Amino acid sequence: MAATHDTSALAGPGAAPARRPIRLFRNLSSKIAALPMILVATVIFVGCTLWTVVHSFTSSRLLPRLDWAGLDQYERLWSTPKWYVSIGNLAVFGLLSMVFTLLIGFVLAALLDRKVRGEDVFRTIILYPFALSFIVTGLVWQWILNPELGIQAVVRSLGWTGFTFDPLYDADIVIYGILIAALWQGTGLIMCIMLAGLRGVDEEIWKAAKVDGIPTWKTYTHVIIPMMRPVFVTSLVLIASSIVKVYDLVVAQTGGGPGGASEVPAKYVMDAMFGAQNLGQGFAASTMMLLSVAIILIPWAYLEFGGKKRG
Amino acid sequence: MRLTARLMGASALCAAMAATSAAAVELEVTHWWTSGGEAAAVAKFAEALNATGTHTWVDGAIAGGGDTARPIMISRILGGDPMDAFQFNHGRQAEELIEAGLMLDLTDVAEANGWKDLVNPPDLLDACTYEGRIYCVPVNIHSWQWMWLSNKAYEDAGLPVPTNWQEFMDSADELQAAGKIPLALGGQPWQSAGAFQVMATAIAGTDAWLKVFRDKDSEAVMGPEFTQVFESAAQAREFTRGSNVQDWNQATNLVITDAAGGQIMGDWAQGEFALAGEVAGTDYSCLPGLGMSDVISTGGDAFYFPAQDDPEVTAAQKELAQLMISPEVQVSFNAAKGSLPVRGDVNLEAVNDCTRKGLDILASGNIIPATEQLLSPDTAQQVNDLMTEFWASSDMSAADAQQRFADIIASAD
Repeated sequence: MAATHDTSALAGPGAAPARRPIRLFRNLSSKIAALPMILVATVIFVGCTLWTVVHSFTSSRLLPRLDWAGLDQYERLWSTPKWYVSIGNLAVFGLLSMVFTLLIGFVLAALLDRKVRGEDVFRTIILYPFALSFIVTGLVWQWILNPELGIQAVVRSLGWTGFTFDPLYDADIVIYGILIAALWQGTGLIMCIMLAGLRGVDEEIWKAAKVDGIPTWKTYTHVIIPMMRPVFVTSLVLIASSIVKVYDLVVAQTGGGPGGASEVPAKYVMDAMFGAQNLGQGFAASTMMLLSVAIILIPWAYLEFGGKKRG
Repeated sequence: MRLTARLMGASALCAAMAATSAAAVELEVTHWWTSGGEAAAVAKFAEALNATGTHTWVDGAIAGGGDTARPIMISRILGGDPMDAFQFNHGRQAEELIEAGLMLDLTDVAEANGWKDLVNPPDLLDACTYEGRIYCVPVNIHSWQWMWLSNKAYEDAGLPVPTNWQEFMDSADELQAAGKIPLALGGQPWQSAGAFQVMATAIAGTDAWLKVFRDKDSEAVMGPEFTQVFESAAQAREFTRGSNVQDWNQATNLVITDAAGGQIMGDWAQGEFALAGEVAGTDYSCLPGLGMSDVISTGGDAFYFPAQDDPEVTAAQKELAQLMISPEVQVSFNAAKGSLPVRGDVNLEAVNDCTRKGLDILASGNIIPATEQLLSPDTAQQVNDLMTEFWASSDMSAADAQQRFADIIASAD
């Protein structure tokens, strides 16, 4: 069986095979190898997701119970001011972190790609924050942004006594204080991915652009960036997943304060599930998070992977 | 698969051997006592247990306060990897864990040692009791209704130290003009909620307070007593500006270092003053009930013991429970913690002014239950969220906050 399969495959389209191999059994061994992963993904991700969604319609407290409560949890969720603050913060944080991470990551990568001296050193320095956990990052930036210890105190001690910079203690701008820490932590990785993408661009293209007299910046925007599309998609997915799950950074930096001004949905879920011992409410909130991700992801995936296949 | 099964079998065998060969049991105890005074207090438990010579205390402190620690503890217990003992505020926090049969029943130890007669006030033990069985051991009495004042801060500003809330509010402007933060308040939500309910007991009085917190009467929230509380809180929040700290002990530290005039905080703050070498009466003053009403709440901490399969561990857990409530440990622990002992029969000779005031109020019976005993965690969290928003906000009016508070109380369970 295996032998005939091989020969027919080797013979190519010229020699018509006696029997078309069944598609399901093609690469059988690799499919068997992937089976555990597929099972884990289905049971854990899909199964637990369904379980969560089902329990979000119950009045579960500390322990999951199937006491049907209809849409009560959702009604309460959408009448809670804290939830509106959370999604507002996530929107601002998400949009800005997406734009700035890509922008800063690309610019840094492009600068490093100009064959600077000591590239290795810079690359290490810029990637280094990524090695720190969000909790450590959060604590470090809590200190840096603390008006009595950090930047404000340093600038004031230099003579500018009227200088004020305390984003973490101002409810209107606290989310930007968290954004700064997130950018500091996250851009390094994106820069490395971008740098790898830039290195993948053929030297000949640069030469051709030079012969044609196209300015460098134009070569970047019109030639290089369109060529790096897959790299941008990878970066986008990485950034998006880090945005949705932002939690520990907030906990370490502000604990949701001041006055709940820096709450995020993931923290709302945690607070509801364990702080308030109200699982149903937490599940309802996490179901809404899943829904919003799905609303963005499904049309995008359809555009990206659906339709005709790209070469 | 077979390999995993074999490995699991082997590790189970190892675990079984370890359990049988060791006569002593290592008891892992989780708690959130991490500030200086608290750590000193919990060390007394550890010393007492280690001094028995058979069991060892394995410290599992979780930093960040109860709001951070409780989720971790609960998820460990629900996840089937329980610690041997853990600290909770007694009341309704562990209700469902007990219902689900995850907690060790301590009734036999309690009966053998007569806890019912020696725990004072008795409602502390009632809070540990569920359907007639006892599931936790109360270790201390904490009351929220205290205000701590820095004598030096007032001296620096050339003002007399206030003797009640009204005087404090009247002189707060002048204190602020002298460069001090009149009222220190940390950023953790429970601190705002606590400060508010202390003001409520003092300003609205015990009856109105009980109507709201115990009877969940939302009409009472809209009544004149609570209107006054909300208005006073709206004024007080202006005096908290500048206390850019998160943890309660950092806020207490502002008072200790004389950067702030005062702080509304439970009597656990006294542990911090003691650790800093401050003397009650000369370095700091205390106002129980904000100097307006001699009523304190009797909340506190209790230890729960998750049910374990190993009978040796269970025996050790029960030993630890009895040890925690024994007279010597009660005295040494509570002296370090700044709290009051749960036994009416221990002699506290060397207590300072403030603790003496607390003991006197306790003896006179002017006590109310703690909010943890009255509100479910769900409701408490909603109150916390509202209060932290209200105290940090500069544009949420007292009337808005009052309305939202009434809504929460109306839907409380």
